[in-house]
Amino acid sequence: MEFIGGKLLQVVIALAVFAAIIGLIMLVVDKAPKSSRDKLTVIGFLAPAAILMLVGLVYPAIQTSFFAFTDAKGQPNGVDNFVWMFTQPEALVTLRNTIVWTVLVPLLSTGFGLAYAVFIDKARGEKVLKALVFMPMAISFVGAGIIWKLVYDYRGPGIEQTGVLNFLRVAMGMQPKQFLLDAPENTIFLIIVMVWIQTGFAMVVLSAAIKGVPTELVEAARLDGANPWQQFRNVTIPGIRGALVVVLTTITIATLKVFDIVRTMTAGNYDTSVVANEMYTQAFRAGEPGRGAALALVLFLLVLPIVVYNARVLRQQREIR
Amino acid sequence: MTATPVPDEASQETRIGPRAEQPSVTGSPEDAAPIMRRVKQKLTSRWATAAALLIAVVWTVPTFGLFVSSFRPAAKQVGPRSDGWWNFFEDWQFTFQHYIDVTASAGSQSPNLSQYFVNSLAIVIPVTLFILVLASMAAYIFAWGKFRGRDGLFIFVFALQIIPLQMSLIPLLQLFTQVLQMPSGSYAQLWIAHTMFGLPLGIFLLHNFISEIPGEMIEAARVDGAGHTTIFWRIILPLSVPALASLAIFQFLWVWNDLLVALVFSGGTADVAPITQRLAEISGTRGSRDYLNPAAAFVSIIVPLAVFFGLQRYFVRGLLAGGLKG
Repeated sequence: MEFIGGKLLQVVIALAVFAAIIGLIMLVVDKAPKSSRDKLTVIGFLAPAAILMLVGLVYPAIQTSFFAFTDAKGQPNGVDNFVWMFTQPEALVTLRNTIVWTVLVPLLSTGFGLAYAVFIDKARGEKVLKALVFMPMAISFVGAGIIWKLVYDYRGPGIEQTGVLNFLRVAMGMQPKQFLLDAPENTIFLIIVMVWIQTGFAMVVLSAAIKGVPTELVEAARLDGANPWQQFRNVTIPGIRGALVVVLTTITIATLKVFDIVRTMTAGNYDTSVVANEMYTQAFRAGEPGRGAALALVLFLLVLPIVVYNARVLRQQREIR
Repeated sequence: MTATPVPDEASQETRIGPRAEQPSVTGSPEDAAPIMRRVKQKLTSRWATAAALLIAVVWTVPTFGLFVSSFRPAAKQVGPRSDGWWNFFEDWQFTFQHYIDVTASAGSQSPNLSQYFVNSLAIVIPVTLFILVLASMAAYIFAWGKFRGRDGLFIFVFALQIIPLQMSLIPLLQLFTQVLQMPSGSYAQLWIAHTMFGLPLGIFLLHNFISEIPGEMIEAARVDGAGHTTIFWRIILPLSVPALASLAIFQFLWVWNDLLVALVFSGGTADVAPITQRLAEISGTRGSRDYLNPAAAFVSIIVPLAVFFGLQRYFVRGLLAGGLKG
């Protein structure tokens, strides 16, 4: 256990330095002359976070945009990286997969999450049922990768299967299948893992939103003779529209950035790579930071419409207030 | 609320969910149409229950399978005599050895997870604290400070949340190693990088909560002569405990489960790299020690699962505070 000592020391020093900085800021703000106190407060409270975000996010984002137009040696090469991205078959597969991911994952997760939230609403043991589906949220993508590798395990025909799915296939008289090897459907099997993780998130948010729909409205619709499906479509759905938008956008963004699942399950082989994974591969494995940056830029451009939309919704909300 | 008659409430519950003992419909002097409707509703609710149970099972079985596998002897998991984990219930062979192998044994081939486990804790605890303090300070100023361009700046911070991490990695790594000459083999790069990436979400979540605190309380404190620092520490932080708790859980899970930031900034040594990184390494190499993967995976998910189940209530509340206002 001797390895813990040095680590603990690092942690203690870091916390002490941090406490000293915060203490200093508070002291300066507190002791400042009254005339400049408000201004100093704003600066003192905002500066640490602002500096970190500028250095960690704003500056790198600008820098990466420039990188995207350089080659492996850092020399400007115009739009070569983008030409590579949109012409090379492997790169095109990556783009195609990313689109499939960003369409399927949000729709399926939200769909399952919504259905589940409706089905178990007011059911007995609702809390336990919720926890079961929410649990994958707490599991890392790496852990999820290992869990699902076990599900997708493949053995040659005629041998005892160790993966649940292939066991079921064989039991139904089918041939076992190499779920992660056979393109293009292997992408779908990776997507299932992401859906498994994200559904709990959608379910929890939507469930809370459903409980926020006034019972009087549902009741009124019921008395007017609406069947459960009509009640759901005409009362519940409009009542939770805001939550649906939040869930869909959040999951879409998470999906665009997804990296760990592909990395741990196939490492992007067998035509399963996505932009986020390819970016890592190009920049940190293949020695092509320019290509990596170009991929990151494309990722950002894909996310941008969602940013604009969300910022707009946010501004509207602030105006209402 | 009092206007709602009691029988209505009861019948509303039949809409969804398994309810065996319904106040019997047949006995009441109702005509045929409502009875038919109730029967129909009951049937649909039965289908809904079945679908819900199916989802619950499908969502739980993979993790359960991993859990069972982690206790099965090596020969049962890999090699010619291996079979599926579900055979465990007939062929009751149980071992705790894999857990000892992945955590305690010291050979160079060993996963040595206990070291990486400590790394994960050493990374995640400071980062969570840093983000909580810095984000709540910024959120307070955004909610209650007065300065020009406040709203525009806040929306900018919100938008930062959505910059893909991938864009920051290369420049930030260059900055750390080439400009600042930060030593590899220490946690510093990981702490700073995670804090940077976590701030936008943290500020956003806390801002929603802090801006809802009644202004009269802050006004009253100010009249009594309290400055911003006093208001922040004595009023804002204590009142924000629910939001702080949820953000803490959020950040904890996120940083603990992270792989990308770790791969780029840790240098990959046993001194610094977190448990996810080690797990990715050992599961990536298809080798003769694959039977250790389930136990290793379980060691890595035990802490987030404990945090998650222990503090689930706050976690959910925090998600909602962030997304559903307005």
